[in-house]
Amino acid sequence: MHVHYLDPHRSLESPVHALDGRVKFILTVAFILTASLTPYAAWPVYILLLATIMSVEILSRLGIGYVQRRASLALPFVLAALPLVFSLEGTNLFTMRLGSWTATASLEGLEHFFSVGLKSWLSIQAGIVLTSSTSFPDLLQAMRAVRLPRLLVAMFGLMWRYLFVLADEAVRLIRARAARSGRPAPSAGGAGPRPMPRLAWRAAVAGGMAGNLFLRAFDRSDRIYGAMLSRGYDGEVRSLPNSPLSLSGWLSLAGGLALLAFLLGLGALFGS
Amino acid sequence: MHFNPAPMHLPDGFLSTLVSLGLWAVSIVAVGFSLRRVGRELNQRQVPLMGVLAAAVFAGQMINFAVAGGTSGHLLGAALATILVGPWAAVVVMTTVVSIQALVFQDGGLLALGANLFNMAIIGTSVAYFVYTSIRKLAGEKSWGLFLGGVAAAWASIVAAALACALELAVSGTSPANIAVPAMGGIHMLIGAGEALITFGALAFLYAARRDLFRRDSKAASPGAPVYLFGLGVALLLAVLSPIASTHPDGLEWVAEQKGFIEAARAPVYRLIPDYIFPGISNEALATVVAGIVGTLLVLAAAMGVAYLQRTKAETS
Repeated sequence: MHVHYLDPHRSLESPVHALDGRVKFILTVAFILTASLTPYAAWPVYILLLATIMSVEILSRLGIGYVQRRASLALPFVLAALPLVFSLEGTNLFTMRLGSWTATASLEGLEHFFSVGLKSWLSIQAGIVLTSSTSFPDLLQAMRAVRLPRLLVAMFGLMWRYLFVLADEAVRLIRARAARSGRPAPSAGGAGPRPMPRLAWRAAVAGGMAGNLFLRAFDRSDRIYGAMLSRGYDGEVRSLPNSPLSLSGWLSLAGGLALLAFLLGLGALFGS
Repeated sequence: MHFNPAPMHLPDGFLSTLVSLGLWAVSIVAVGFSLRRVGRELNQRQVPLMGVLAAAVFAGQMINFAVAGGTSGHLLGAALATILVGPWAAVVVMTTVVSIQALVFQDGGLLALGANLFNMAIIGTSVAYFVYTSIRKLAGEKSWGLFLGGVAAAWASIVAAALACALELAVSGTSPANIAVPAMGGIHMLIGAGEALITFGALAFLYAARRDLFRRDSKAASPGAPVYLFGLGVALLLAVLSPIASTHPDGLEWVAEQKGFIEAARAPVYRLIPDYIFPGISNEALATVVAGIVGTLLVLAAAMGVAYLQRTKAETS
């Protein structure tokens, strides 16, 4: 089994896919920064930001539904902001009573909570559009263009190249464990075919597999190093120079940044 | 992704802009420093090793074992990477893992990546290195030092990263300190136990199969001194701050207010035009309605644009 499903890139034909990766990378970061800088409870700006990202989702032909399905992954984290509703002081909305424990919800707390959730939701959508519409080599090129250290970008590239190989190794290890040990009964000591082994034992087996995976990684990196040497590697990571940005690329970049700057200004007006 | 083992990868939107950017600055300095040390001190063989090891750490998170109640334990790998390749290379490996998780799999935000790198790649690694080398020094040449050191380092790296994460949320004003710190700390003390067990299993396997990986040479021990001291400092700071933050309801706020820091962290970075509503539109509710209409039109235009593009394409082909 090959773990191709790991790659979130979806190759489609759309204006967003055709856009230069560097432009998309910078605009995505700018969008997330804008969402982060927008003050709490500046609802008009949130609506416009949401409309912007949803338009891009439609234009990219990924579809709103696809992006929302993937965006739901970050949803559980909103729990971390839930106590805000009760901890911020302000206009009282309602009071909850659980035994001797009481909590009063405030309007300001609720506004903060929804703002945090919205910012998070907007940002993750931007990230999903970027990675679904840009192939990984283009992302690497974008990272080189924004002057990330070359060694780090080379590391990203190597990791991406071997992630699928090692994920396959991991899947093989997991399959081998299943073949050796069978499927333990779901409930410990239940009426299943065999009782669940002790937790520490299961963890140690998983640890042995992880150690095995690391060992295979060590051995593989030796072979990769040999292959790199035979192709003339001398300790320096080289890559093709970036091609200059086309006129339409510059225009999209300027237009996108201008729109975000406008929304940022609007946020400053509505900031409470 | 099915990878996310614990709520430790902060998404965007939860940290205030100032905290995010500040931690980005700290992470850039620390990672840049590590990259230079790696480039200078390690041989070129390490370049593919670090890349493949990062892939192994990522893939290793697929290996899980069932814990009660439908949950499962995973490996995060900061401690194991630190033990195997040393602190500087481990920072680079974990930076690669955390960055790719954020960039490609949306496991953690892009603006929050600075904070996530700080928690997992820098704090996780340096605390693990500090705990591991301390215990190995205590144990001398005996092998129990390796195992006890590895187990303690794995646990400490998870708990330290989680506490740092909770404190960042508290300083950003997103989660009250007296809830976030005990909750994150408590959950991750359990998750850290899983990490410790897996790390023990991995070390036992590697010790049996490739004992040469753990041979201690004095050459490799000295370059980690800054990491050791940083890990010690972070561990002490977290040990002092976390109880203050979790026992006093406003403990952290009190500490931060003394420094005038928390107001700066929570305020929007700009406040250009205070209390001034949109010219011409004096009512904020009206502005929201207008924004809703404009937004709907925008989305509609995009949909029509795509439909138009598709039709012209069908006609030309």
